Amino acid sequence: MTVSDVRSASSAKLSLGKWLTWGVVAFFLLNVFALVISVVVNSFSRQWFGTWWPAGLTTSWYATAWHEMNLLDVLLVTLQVSLAVVVLSVVLGVPAAYALARRSFVGKPLVNVLFLLPILMPPMTYGIPLATVLYKFGLAGSMTGVVLANLVPSVPFVILTMTPFIEQIDPKIEAAARMCGARTSAVFGRVLAPLLVPGILAASILVLVRTVGMFELTFLTAGPTSQTLVVSLYEAMFSAGIRAQQSVDAMAVIYTGSMAVLLVIALRFVNPTQLVTRLKEPVT
Amino acid sequence: MTATVEKPATPQDRPSLRHRLAERGLDRTIILLLPALLFVLVLFVYPVLYGLQLSFQPKEGGSPFGNYTRFFSDSYLFDTIWITLRLAIPAALINVLASIPIAYRMRGRVRGKRFLTTLFVLPITLGTVLTAEGLLRYLDPTGWFNKVLGLFGVESLRLIHNYTGVLLSLVISGFPFAFLLTLSYLSGIDPTLEQAAATLGADWRRRFRYITLPLLAPGLAITFCLTFVLAFSVFPSAYLVGLPQGETRVMSIAAYEAAFRDFDYPLGSAIAMIMAVVMLVVIGIVLLWRSTLYRGATGGKG
Repeated sequence: MTVSDVRSASSAKLSLGKWLTWGVVAFFLLNVFALVISVVVNSFSRQWFGTWWPAGLTTSWYATAWHEMNLLDVLLVTLQVSLAVVVLSVVLGVPAAYALARRSFVGKPLVNVLFLLPILMPPMTYGIPLATVLYKFGLAGSMTGVVLANLVPSVPFVILTMTPFIEQIDPKIEAAARMCGARTSAVFGRVLAPLLVPGILAASILVLVRTVGMFELTFLTAGPTSQTLVVSLYEAMFSAGIRAQQSVDAMAVIYTGSMAVLLVIALRFVNPTQLVTRLKEPVT
Repeated sequence: MTATVEKPATPQDRPSLRHRLAERGLDRTIILLLPALLFVLVLFVYPVLYGLQLSFQPKEGGSPFGNYTRFFSDSYLFDTIWITLRLAIPAALINVLASIPIAYRMRGRVRGKRFLTTLFVLPITLGTVLTAEGLLRYLDPTGWFNKVLGLFGVESLRLIHNYTGVLLSLVISGFPFAFLLTLSYLSGIDPTLEQAAATLGADWRRRFRYITLPLLAPGLAITFCLTFVLAFSVFPSAYLVGLPQGETRVMSIAAYEAAFRDFDYPLGSAIAMIMAVVMLVVIGIVLLWRSTLYRGATGGKG
């Protein structure tokens, strides 16, 4: 058997495996998209009972959903909560990430674990005690409570994504700026900040997506006027008997649409494959 | 020299406190850490400790361990541990194992890579709640999936309001996440290592077995942990597509119902604490295994 025989035999096996892999991928994606489409179709349908296609199409369910569930208020709350969470988590997280990236000190492993736990723990486990505490201090049931609860995983998340980002900025650049006579404010404002902007942007978009999609913490701490979109969608589904299924689906479509827009924007700034390590493209 | 050692140092002889702290890495930069640290202490550590001590004060009084003995003696509560693990472990395994071959084919430069990663990320936008709504429509006995099966003469399958429904929702929401992480770890492995192995005559199977997999394994352990945590805390889908009082009564449902339906905060906190312990045990086992693996400087280390 020559070398080329071996190669062609293995590439034949490879292509079988390749087809199998892509087949599974296609099946998965096909079903996920069919699943989404069936919600979208139902949200536009006049009536749909057990047939392939609904009896007629209408957009009236969107108007119904918009009025019945005060979607404008809900969207405003969602927007306010997410923006507050993004800004506060960047303000708290980036300086901490800088300190962690640049210094090693006694107890640093402990601090790292402390920042890792809120991301690692399921929201339900610390969410229930957190909600209890927030209720005790009268903070739950308001927007403040929702923002505070959502910050718990977001601040560590910003720290976790920003620390490696800051580590790869060469500290010699800062040293050089200082040597050329820059004050601390100038080092931060004119040297570090421009270098940090891409990382901060990436981290904030990810926090935004996480907050809009965060169900458990918001669900546990929100009151009737501080529900975000995902929580009021859950409430609408949970009390499905009261409302027409189509208007619940219309709401679900609005939710997915806004999430998809956010994510497409996010993907323009963040390459998801570079979240953990920076990509080394093979030299070709 | 000896004189300074014998005599208890006066401030002039000793380096200043600030200098000594700076030698241990504690200088002014550390102040930047304090706001975030304080925040985590007040809103994460304090509530958890508060919940912990609350769990030792049963609502009805009695022994401080009342809530825990109640959990372990009441099979309706105790069984939630197995129900949760029976969902979370298979879901996490499916997500990690399925993402390896797909990510392996997409490492490096592949045509349409950005498009495909976008396709995979989109299911994340669905979130658990929409996934649940979609599953209810799509897998309904009169839904499209069963209609297509009907074309092939297959009896319609009961896929929602049971274990399968929740498992499917966990795969849909967890797989894209596991895939992106795995792809990220794989992309971090230096491709020249594999090229070197290929030059030495290793076929793709050996390259994968002896080069890629060992470098990837620590990253896979982390991916498993993260998807396991996501699946472990399943809540909305267990309610909506599962059987919340039966085979998908997971721990988070039991904890939520105790705390916010029956207003028994101590019992709710106790269940949340047990939940955390069970999760940490599983993750601890995985991380212990991970610590025996090679974690070199060539990436994929996580």
